[in-house]
Amino acid sequence: MPRLKSVPAVDLDEFVEKVIGLYPAKVAKKRRKHIIVREPSEEQQIEANVRTVPGIITQRGCCYAGCKGVVIGPIGDMVHITHGPIGCGFYSWLTRRNFFRPRENGHNFLTYCFSTDMQEEDIIFGGEKKLRTAVEEAYKILKPKAISIHATCPVGLIGDDIQTVAREMSAKLGISVLAFNCEGYKGVTQSAGHHIANNNLFKQVVGRDDVPQDGFTVNILGEYNIGGDAWEIERVFDKCGIKALSTFSGNGSIDEMRMSHMADLNLVMCHRSINYMADMMEKRFGIPWIKVNFIGIKAMAKSLRKIAKFLDQPAFSDRVEKVIAEEIAEAEAGINPYRERLKGKTAALFVGGSRAHHYQDLFRDLGMEPSIAGHEFAHRDDYEGRKVLPTLTVDADSRNIEELHIEPDPERYRPRKDNEALEGLKAEGVVDSYDGMWPDMGSGTLAIDDISHIEMEMLIKRLKPDIVCSGIKDKYVIEKFGVPSKQLHNYDYSGPYAGFRGAVNFAREIDMMINNPAWKLLKAPWETGPTLTAELGKK
Amino acid sequence: MLNHTPKELIERKALRINPAKTCQPIGAMYAALGIHGCLPHSHGCQGCCSYHRSHLTRHYKEPVMASTSSFTEGASVFGGAPNLRQALKTIFTVYKPDVVAVHTTCLSETIGDDIPTIVKKSAEDGIIPQGKWVIHTNTPSYVGSHVTGFSNMVAGMVNYFPQKGDATAGQVNVIPGYVEPSDMREIKRILKEMGINGIVFPDTSDVLDTPQTGEYKLFPKGGTPVSDLMGIGRSEVTLALGSFASQQAATLLEHKHSVPFKVLDLPIGVSATDRLVQALMDATGKKPTDEMMHDRGRLVDIIIDYQHYLYGKKVALFGDPDQLIALTEFLKGAGMRPKYVITGTRGIRFEKRVTAMVKDCTPDAVVKANNDLFYLHQLIKNDPVDLIIGNTYGKYIARAEDIPLVRFGFPIMDRVGHSYFPTVGYRGGIYLLMNIINTLLERQDRDDPEERFELVM
Repeated sequence: MPRLKSVPAVDLDEFVEKVIGLYPAKVAKKRRKHIIVREPSEEQQIEANVRTVPGIITQRGCCYAGCKGVVIGPIGDMVHITHGPIGCGFYSWLTRRNFFRPRENGHNFLTYCFSTDMQEEDIIFGGEKKLRTAVEEAYKILKPKAISIHATCPVGLIGDDIQTVAREMSAKLGISVLAFNCEGYKGVTQSAGHHIANNNLFKQVVGRDDVPQDGFTVNILGEYNIGGDAWEIERVFDKCGIKALSTFSGNGSIDEMRMSHMADLNLVMCHRSINYMADMMEKRFGIPWIKVNFIGIKAMAKSLRKIAKFLDQPAFSDRVEKVIAEEIAEAEAGINPYRERLKGKTAALFVGGSRAHHYQDLFRDLGMEPSIAGHEFAHRDDYEGRKVLPTLTVDADSRNIEELHIEPDPERYRPRKDNEALEGLKAEGVVDSYDGMWPDMGSGTLAIDDISHIEMEMLIKRLKPDIVCSGIKDKYVIEKFGVPSKQLHNYDYSGPYAGFRGAVNFAREIDMMINNPAWKLLKAPWETGPTLTAELGKK
Repeated sequence: MLNHTPKELIERKALRINPAKTCQPIGAMYAALGIHGCLPHSHGCQGCCSYHRSHLTRHYKEPVMASTSSFTEGASVFGGAPNLRQALKTIFTVYKPDVVAVHTTCLSETIGDDIPTIVKKSAEDGIIPQGKWVIHTNTPSYVGSHVTGFSNMVAGMVNYFPQKGDATAGQVNVIPGYVEPSDMREIKRILKEMGINGIVFPDTSDVLDTPQTGEYKLFPKGGTPVSDLMGIGRSEVTLALGSFASQQAATLLEHKHSVPFKVLDLPIGVSATDRLVQALMDATGKKPTDEMMHDRGRLVDIIIDYQHYLYGKKVALFGDPDQLIALTEFLKGAGMRPKYVITGTRGIRFEKRVTAMVKDCTPDAVVKANNDLFYLHQLIKNDPVDLIIGNTYGKYIARAEDIPLVRFGFPIMDRVGHSYFPTVGYRGGIYLLMNIINTLLERQDRDDPEERFELVM
């Protein structure tokens, strides 16, 4: 009988059956496949990236959110126009905490929200004309180097041809205008939007500017600079002598993305949202990729060592080791005061497509047990590893997301390693490899994909985690139970959490949240203590 | 900060920049949360529901529960009826609300899903348990704004709940408008204070301002009870506060159940609150208590005590039309000069009303509906103001132009208090005015040269 260490009284299999029993029979059958009580000795398959049953209160968002909100929106020196009614643009305006520092030209459009604010007449008669005018007006007023157009649900339904509008406007204005057909209903989650964003960035941006680079250069893919994560990573990179040529897409610059194909190596942080880009850049330009995790002290050190292994230069490796030693000493000193107070506490993580995995390393650094985890919009490979990729089938919901066929670029393809070395690195799992969440989820841990509200409620009541990492919609539900909740989408109001110094920030905050004296105030003294009868005035 | 906003005004025909409104469904979701035991349901793809819940949560720092029809491409082509039927089945099995309040989205509106027919069929097929309610409203995002969505959902309540019957003597309906839980609570308090049997709907107090007790409830204790909503057709009168958010439902209730109505401004400030109290007196014969009159007197007292800091100050206001109309009157009455009054919601009557209001105190005022914060910022660049009053998004302009900001309206995502302290009624007026005065005083303390730094203000 599998059990969590923290609640040995609860049989996890029984718990799962109890949760499933809350649903109508057909729904229960579906949900059952999304919940895995881990047994590493077995090949366990989890259901992921399939439709959420209507009516289930889900964490999930839409394709537009994945494209505009996640991947394209953080590029700060572009104007991003939402083509649709006002809401979509409004809600994705400044809410994700993806920070940006303008480059020399001073361009920073992140604090602006641009929308065609479609009205009924646009839905009836079509919105292309309005979109054209909007692009022209944006250019006239703001003179950006590039503009993106993001389709919302009705745009696809009424058939506005935003690709043609983008081509025409690009020719007319002499700037790059990218159109993303990321209508909200496409796919089953934000994930479809990530893929659409990757495709278009690859087709129209990457590889457009051949600027030779000095030194060892990398692109950081799938790093969104929430709370300044990318800057902490770059601080450490600077010390190591690694130059980040471009970041996709936190603190991202369109100019830097254009020359990103000149880099020596791609580092993949969020595998879910950006693995397409890594794969396509390798096929066309010959850039291998390494899956990294910069969240957690040990994970950061391990990722740096992977990079050193790839480069395979003793001087560089020595330098990296020196940096790691220095940084670990500093970070450990920073974390130590909190470790005793957090030791053995359990964390449940339900976010995104990567962080529910990445943050496990950081919790382990703190002596905590991240024993319950699941993703919001991951695919099976994010759980089970890329080895399952060949077995994944295309279903009705993913069929319409374009899969680009990539050939090597006749001029720009440049192998970064000789074949033998590369094969060796692949065999060792350094390059082009991601084993997913499974290896870190030991026996008697619990994985729940696309967790629903009712499952979250049951989990809190029965499995009693000490902290639950989730997003804004769940945060106050969880906290009303008297359990602290850390938002791992936008980091609440804080960060960075990445890298060595980020780990210290995280430790301090998790301590604050779990050990906050205010949790002791939930009940008034007379609600918990013995009731005293009034004595006053009796004499 | 907002460095790309030019001073020069350039006409825009198509591009909305930095909106001062959002879309209908969020208003409908908010209104539906004001029914006790109700789960709002968003008939569209998941993103809408997720965005609306997220934004309401950022504003209230409270659980905001709602479900979605989780449209995929297939549903968008073949229609969302199976999704809604499945949703109702799931919802009534798992979450067991008393009411499901369905609102549409631009997606389901564009494909033309007919909600009443789908719901009727679902009821016939036994998907909706006996005694449970499924109400709906249409909220196409490409029409109106979040205020329209609120108005539509309140009208939806009137469409479904009221039952025929003899008038209940002395019973008054109050539709509070798209205001905070604290405001709805204050309106209930005023009714109670005057001894009036009132039904306030919707009512989000005790739903979106719940206490931390360590016990979570999917359906908190607040919200207008269904039994009350069933009785609104038997009230003697409906007072609709704010024409943009509340008039539609009041009109509908008169049409359907012959309950006469009176449209009032939101009771923000002395005069607008006076008119509410007068209307309550007229409708019921009851009188305001001494306590209320003392509150009124204290509010007026503060205006006079702090006139030095208020009089003649130029103010830029943005937000929702009902709020702006009442606020403009309040500020003008306190001697301030509303210089720019901007809403993103469409409304020629808004422009006419506010323009007429400020004509004498601010002849050069700019009053615009259907406009945005980019435009407001440009106006401020050309002719600055002493104070900005508006939602959280105003902080970017405030910082760029170094002008103090009082947060008022929806959404406020970066300050505490709006869910707990009302701005309606005499007491609410005190809180709002205190906020305005203290913000101006803080600024003066920051800016005064050392030799003029004042101890007593």
